[in-house]
Amino acid sequence: MISVPRGTGRAAAIVVVLILLGAPPLLAPYMLSLVTQALIWAMLAMSLDLILGYTGLASLGHAAYLGLGAYSVGILTTRHGANFWVTLAVGILLAALGAAIFGLVALRATGVYFLMITLALGMVVWGLAHRWVSLTAGDNGIASVPRPRGLPWAFTDTLSFYYLVLVAFAVAFVVLWTIVHSPFGKTLVGIRESESRMRTLGYHVWLHKYVGFVIAGAAGGFAGVFWAYYNGFVSPADAELATSVEILLMVALGGRGTLYGPALGAAMIVLLKNVVSVYTHRWLLILGAVYIGTIVYAPEGIVGLLRDRLKERGRVA
Amino acid sequence: MNLEFLIGQIFNGVSYGALLFLLAGGLSLIFGMMRIVNMTHGSYYLLGGYVALTVMWGGAPFIVGILAAALAIAVIGIGEWNAFLKRLSGQELGQVLTTMGFALIFQDLGLVLWGGDPQTIKIPASLSGSWEIGQLFFPVYRVFIVGVAAAIALVLWLVLEKTRLGAMMRATVDDPEMARGVGINVFLISMGVFAMGALLAAVAGVVAGGFVGVYPGADFEILPYAFVVVIVGGMGSLKGALVGSLLVGLLDNFGKALFPELSYFTLFAPMAMILAVRPTGLFGRA
Repeated sequence: MISVPRGTGRAAAIVVVLILLGAPPLLAPYMLSLVTQALIWAMLAMSLDLILGYTGLASLGHAAYLGLGAYSVGILTTRHGANFWVTLAVGILLAALGAAIFGLVALRATGVYFLMITLALGMVVWGLAHRWVSLTAGDNGIASVPRPRGLPWAFTDTLSFYYLVLVAFAVAFVVLWTIVHSPFGKTLVGIRESESRMRTLGYHVWLHKYVGFVIAGAAGGFAGVFWAYYNGFVSPADAELATSVEILLMVALGGRGTLYGPALGAAMIVLLKNVVSVYTHRWLLILGAVYIGTIVYAPEGIVGLLRDRLKERGRVA
Repeated sequence: MNLEFLIGQIFNGVSYGALLFLLAGGLSLIFGMMRIVNMTHGSYYLLGGYVALTVMWGGAPFIVGILAAALAIAVIGIGEWNAFLKRLSGQELGQVLTTMGFALIFQDLGLVLWGGDPQTIKIPASLSGSWEIGQLFFPVYRVFIVGVAAAIALVLWLVLEKTRLGAMMRATVDDPEMARGVGINVFLISMGVFAMGALLAAVAGVVAGGFVGVYPGADFEILPYAFVVVIVGGMGSLKGALVGSLLVGLLDNFGKALFPELSYFTLFAPMAMILAVRPTGLFGRA
């Protein structure tokens, strides 16, 4: 690390964990529900970060996995009365399967081509959600998705559901953190920096990318499961192109390749969208400005900005 | 499935493909020449429709509406490219997010200025009605769209392949550094191509306004189609954009007619398969 004072990161992490654990009972239900939403989007942003930040592949179809996870819950709970564990397993497996198929197609390309192929693949999922009315109820969406069933707790109130999502977030964070700091994760970073060099060193580049891609999809599906339970509603909007781009924004705004950066970016976008829309109908204008501003003023994200600031201070001192 | 159905669907598919070509031809050139992923392209299409609508509310004829839209959107495109996009070459993520930001801003401005109700562009009397051949009806307006697309394809092809300007443009696509080296003003050419792409999208928006209308959301509805055409045809290839447009137009039409529940799947899944075999598209070069 750069000349950041030792322990700053650990201290910040402890403060964040304490706030996430202790503050919620003090929050108004509306704020608490926003924080819950922020945690779910943070999981999505972190899952995309695995391929965007660590592997260097910008995907324009990540909302597909959110959609696959969310529709698993929507369909299984409302039609088959499935319990939480079944929906969780199916949601993750379906998203992983989707990513396993999409990866075969998409990973033949890089750069702009990868972007475009993932866009087309994302549209496949959106198209099914939009038009396969007998399964997905089309544009009407699937309403009245119940809260998780078959758990020792009912999770019907905002506070207990928050803690359920917090546990999920912690699991996602620990799993992804372990992956990116494992030799496998280091290999992904190596591929991002120089694919040809890694190939020369004898790494199976395609396989590493493929496994990373599938894990990211599965993690996206994991987040999608909680999104459906949170919203109580699933619709094609969950899988649409604009959602995919928004997840990209969250990762870029927070800071690629850091995991906690994208989580921060996701929280900021969720809060911004909800808070701004209270005061003005023109929140799309503001969101658009955030998109442009991120690229103009913080191309390495907020984490990148903070890092530069700390580095400067280190130099002055 | 009888012959009338088949011919009717082919005609509808081809005319939709013609519309897509207007939209995607420019996007393909923008891709090929500048490697810019432009999420604002759908907004040019929508805003083009709105500009024409406004001009025509003032009493101007259809053709003036098209010209006004083309000019206004070309200016907007040049502004966006000059202020932001030209600095982002090679940064796909930056391009996607910046152009998405503009798309959201334009979407909101569209709502503020023209409201949320769907509007229809009034087509001239000479283009309404339809030709009747046997039991088949061919709406004149759809024939007109095919004609416009064919004319524009021909002009683009002539300019690109037969003129000095076209040679300079192709040189810029193939190797911008060498092009700059031999004295081609790459900056001006790039700006011109971007403006032309935006202009064509606006024309497509006006023409589409005559039969599907102009409405909020049309921008993001049409955008994936334009992208798919470009990637399937191959970025920067005019021939590819033409073939891709017809392919997408036909697949979309037959998909919606034969498998309504799977219609988008029947469109995007074959596209993905084509890309799996040829990642650079049918006529693209790596």
